[in-house]
Parts: sequence; structure tokens; C-alpha cells
Amino acid sequence: MEIIMSILAGVLFTTGVYNLLQKQLLRIVIGTALISHGAHLFILTMGELKRGAPPILDDAISDYTDPLPQALILTSIVISFGVTSLLLVLAYRASKENGTDNMDKLRGSEND
Amino acid sequence: MISNLAVLPIVIPLLAGILTIFFHKKLPIVRIFTQAVLAINLVVVSYILWYVNQNGTIVLESGDWAAPFGIVLVADMLSLSLVLTTNIVAFACALYAPKSLSIQKEEFYFYTFFLLLITGVSGAFITGDLFNLFVFFEVLLMASYGLIVLGGEKVQLRESIKYVLINLFSSMLFVTTVAFLYSVVGTVNMAQISQRVAEEGQTGILTGIGILLFFVFGTKAALFPLYYWLPKPYIVPNPVVSALFGALLTKVGIYSILRVFSLIFFHEQMVFDFFIWIAGFTLIFGAIGALSTNNIKMIIAYNIIPAIGFMLMGIAVFNENGLSGSIYYLIQDMIIKAALFLMVGAVAYLAGTSDLRKIRGLIHHYPFLGWLFFLASFVLAGIPPFSGFIGKLLLVQGAFEEGEIAIALIGLGVSLLILYSVMRIFIRGFWGEKDDAIIPDHKKARGFIVPIVFLLFFNVLLGVGAEWFYPGIESIGSYLLDPEIYIQSVLKE
Repeated sequence: MEIIMSILAGVLFTTGVYNLLQKQLLRIVIGTALISHGAHLFILTMGELKRGAPPILDDAISDYTDPLPQALILTSIVISFGVTSLLLVLAYRASKENGTDNMDKLRGSEND
Repeated sequence: MISNLAVLPIVIPLLAGILTIFFHKKLPIVRIFTQAVLAINLVVVSYILWYVNQNGTIVLESGDWAAPFGIVLVADMLSLSLVLTTNIVAFACALYAPKSLSIQKEEFYFYTFFLLLITGVSGAFITGDLFNLFVFFEVLLMASYGLIVLGGEKVQLRESIKYVLINLFSSMLFVTTVAFLYSVVGTVNMAQISQRVAEEGQTGILTGIGILLFFVFGTKAALFPLYYWLPKPYIVPNPVVSALFGALLTKVGIYSILRVFSLIFFHEQMVFDFFIWIAGFTLIFGAIGALSTNNIKMIIAYNIIPAIGFMLMGIAVFNENGLSGSIYYLIQDMIIKAALFLMVGAVAYLAGTSDLRKIRGLIHHYPFLGWLFFLASFVLAGIPPFSGFIGKLLLVQGAFEEGEIAIALIGLGVSLLILYSVMRIFIRGFWGEKDDAIIPDHKKARGFIVPIVFLLFFNVLLGVGAEWFYPGIESIGSYLLDPEIYIQSVLKE
């Protein structure tokens, strides 16, 4: 199960990076979203995938799930959710003000 | 009870930042409130620093969860001296902001973002948990996204997109690296990671994870192949925002490298040899960048990069003098970069342009500002007796002790190039014939000069009074060489 999830995270990373390297602004935003999904799945996988075990650390319980990756992933999801929405607004405003959403044309020169 | 002191430098600006949201349109109140809060914070942090100096590191286990399980805040001498410097810079910027920003920008939550930025930076310095470090990185980055687009000009929007993207990508890489590390050592508490890495030995995979972390922090700190994003986004916002960015953001990156590689991944000599190369290239390319442009803001922005190179050089040689030099340089560079950004901001405002070819003879109108700039250039280049000299002396001494002659010579050569790059502003912008087209605005200039003098005072103090500060810095240097002290104070075994 962990292997499959790792491969899935890898696929998400690959597609994310591919989109990140495109010229169109919206594709880049989608690329960042894909990369963050990949990262989140990866965190969850790294804490071992188990079902039906409680997240409790006690001497009496031998079979338990590690609660830490779930706490980490939740924090990370909230953050990337915020950043992605900010990025969408920013991309919209930037393309409107500059009259283009092509990253090649958004380079700018020193004297402006 | 006393351990709660560690959280105060984070909580005070956070609460103040939230409060400023409610009366953001009442500028006279917000301005005074922000300045007062930062002054109080400065006093509080000084007290905590004094307390820690007397009684040793304060460790706060948040929510009373015992050390390796909960999030710990570790206020040791290193983090607190950096938090104190942060607050000095912040206070100067709070004095400068009303003079430099337009009313609209101030009303649009400038002070909120500003205080949240200080929260994030202080938190990143104080935390003792790798994932929490990521969270505080995000806090300060979110605030910086707000500050960089403040005003919403065309060029700002264009550059902020790139800034947000590069930081978002490196943050996601940070999370992934933490996940890797968690799967290998099973903890995110830095003290426990250090302990486990020391027990198990730094195997290839751990070194690989270390290098990934170095890549993440190197992107934020603008090291050699990764600095390309830095100069432009740093010059587009208002000078006060540039000063905050230039003084604080890259320094958080280099602090993280210092912390992680002195505490956790110090077992592999190869890594430090690699750092020497990176430091050398960072020094050279940063200085070349600073000479390549005629935009005065860009010259100062490029000057951030060789400074980071100097600090990495101290980490790379990894002996007491090198590390003390890095810390000394880090502290003084935060202050001088803020002062220089504020100064070129003032020059660009008073001359009406930031193109060096169009500025001349400013010293006839503003002699005091001119000589202050001259002083600041000397501090930056490391001319004795100013603070830059002490830092570089320690760094070069450390490099010679390790037999790394080449990097020491590169460092000295680059210092000359840095001096030349800022002297160019002085010679071409301040000297020369009087420009009669400029109508001097002395009232405005006085407002700009007060915070600059405040900052330069600390630079001169750090240089002239090096004898008072050196023992403290030296003890931090030797403290970093012995991670056992850190582990003991956090895990209490």
C-alpha cells in the first residue's frame, strides 16, 4: 500500500513540475496545487498506512496509528489552501494589469 | 511559569497585529500603537536575553506536552540575540514607515502585515521543532506576500507572482523533506532528531535529506545557484518593505542552515567542503551582480547575496571562530542592510529617481545624509573599527585555522568589490555638481534620517564596543559546536 501511495505522490509531483514549467499562468497555479497534493499524500504515507487502529499511545495497546502525520498534513493542507487562493487572486490581478498571462512576457526590464 | 517567557516575543506582535485590523483606518492611533508595541517588545526581549544569559536556555513545552511529543520553543542565546536584532530593525522600520508610505498603503493593513511578519520571524528563530519551523516560515511568507503587493502596481504584481511561486515551491519541498526525515528518524523535534542521527550514524540517506533541507533553506536564503529570484522582487515594494525583507527574510534561511547543520547533520565532512564551494560562488556572483547595475536599489539588493556567502563561509569552516564570525556578521548585517535600504529609499525619494546616472550632487542639499551613507558603506565593506570588520576578521581567522586559504582570500577580495559597488553610489550620486532642479525638502529628510541614525548607532556600537559583545558571541559559537547542551536542555535527560 505504501509503495502504491509513494508512486502516486511521485506522479503528482511529476505532473505538478511539468505544469509549473509551462508559460500560462493558470497552468502554473494548477501545478503548484498538484505538487502540494503530492506532498500531503507523501506525509500521510510516511507515517505508515493502517486501518482500524486508534491513535493512542498506551502500554496496554499494542496496535496503534501514529497521529502525528495526520496533524502535520492537516496543518499543511490549511496552509496550502490559503496560499493557493491567494495565488489565484494574484495571478488574476497580475494578468489583468499586465495584459498578458504569458510568463515569457512577464519578464520586465530593469528600467521600469 | 518562567518558561512562558519564551513565547512572549511571538505572542506580543501577533496580538498587536490582530488588534490593528480593527482600527486600521485610524492612522494616528495605529502608528503610535505599533511603535509602542515594538518598543515594549524590545524591552521584553532584552529582559529575556538577560535572563537567559544568567540562567541558561528557556524551554517551553507548549500545552505541557513533554518534550519529544509536543511542540517545544527553545529560547537560547543564539535565537534570542537574533530576535532582539529583529526587533531593533522592526522598531526603526516602524518609525520610518509613516514618512515613506502613502496614506492608502498604511490604511490597507500595512501595520497588520508588518507585525505578523515580525511574529513569523521571531517564531522561526525560537522554535525547536522542524515542522513548526515550516509553519512559522509560512506565517512570515504570508505576511510578506501581503507586503510585497501592497499598492498593487503593475510591476509589483508581476514580480510578486515570481516571488510567491518560488517560495511556494520551496515550502512544498520543505514539507516533503520533513516527511522523509520523519520516516527515517520518527520524530520532528530537532533535539531528538539530533540524538537519533548521532546514535544511528549519519548514513547516506540522512545526508541526502540534509542536502534537501539545505536546498530548501538555500532557496530562501538566496545562495549561489538559487539567488536569481531575489533582486527584483526586493526592489519593487516600498523602501520600508524592502528594508524588512532584506534585513530579515534571507537571514531566517541562513539561520535555519546554521541551526540544522550545527545541531543535526554535522557528522559528514563532505557536506562542509561542498558548502565552501557554494559560499565562494555566492560571494563572487553576488558582488558581480552588485556591480552590474545602475539602479541604486538593485545595488543594495544584490549586496544581500555576498553577505549570505560570508555567513555560509563561517558555517562551512565549522570551528569556533568561523561560527562566532557567522553570528557576528549575521547580527550586524541585519542592521546594516535595513539601514542601507532605508537610505537608498530616502535617496530615491529625494532625488526623484533610482537611476544612478540621473542623480548627482545630492551632498550639497543633504550633507548629513551623504556622510551617513559614507559611514554605512564603510560598515558594509568591513572597514575598521566598524562592526563589519569584526565579523570578517573572525570569519577569515576561522578559515585560516582550517587551512581554507582560497575562500578567505575570495572573501577579502569580494569585500573590496562590495566597497566599490556602494562607493559608486556615493561618488556618482552624492558628489558632483549641484543639481539645481532638486528643491530640498529638509523636513522630509529629517524624518528619514532619524531611524537610519538609530540603526547605524548599533552598527558603530557593535564595532567600537566589540569587546563587550565578543565574549557573548564567542560563547554562542562554542555552544553551537557542542549539540549535547541543546539536547540536554530540551529533553532533560
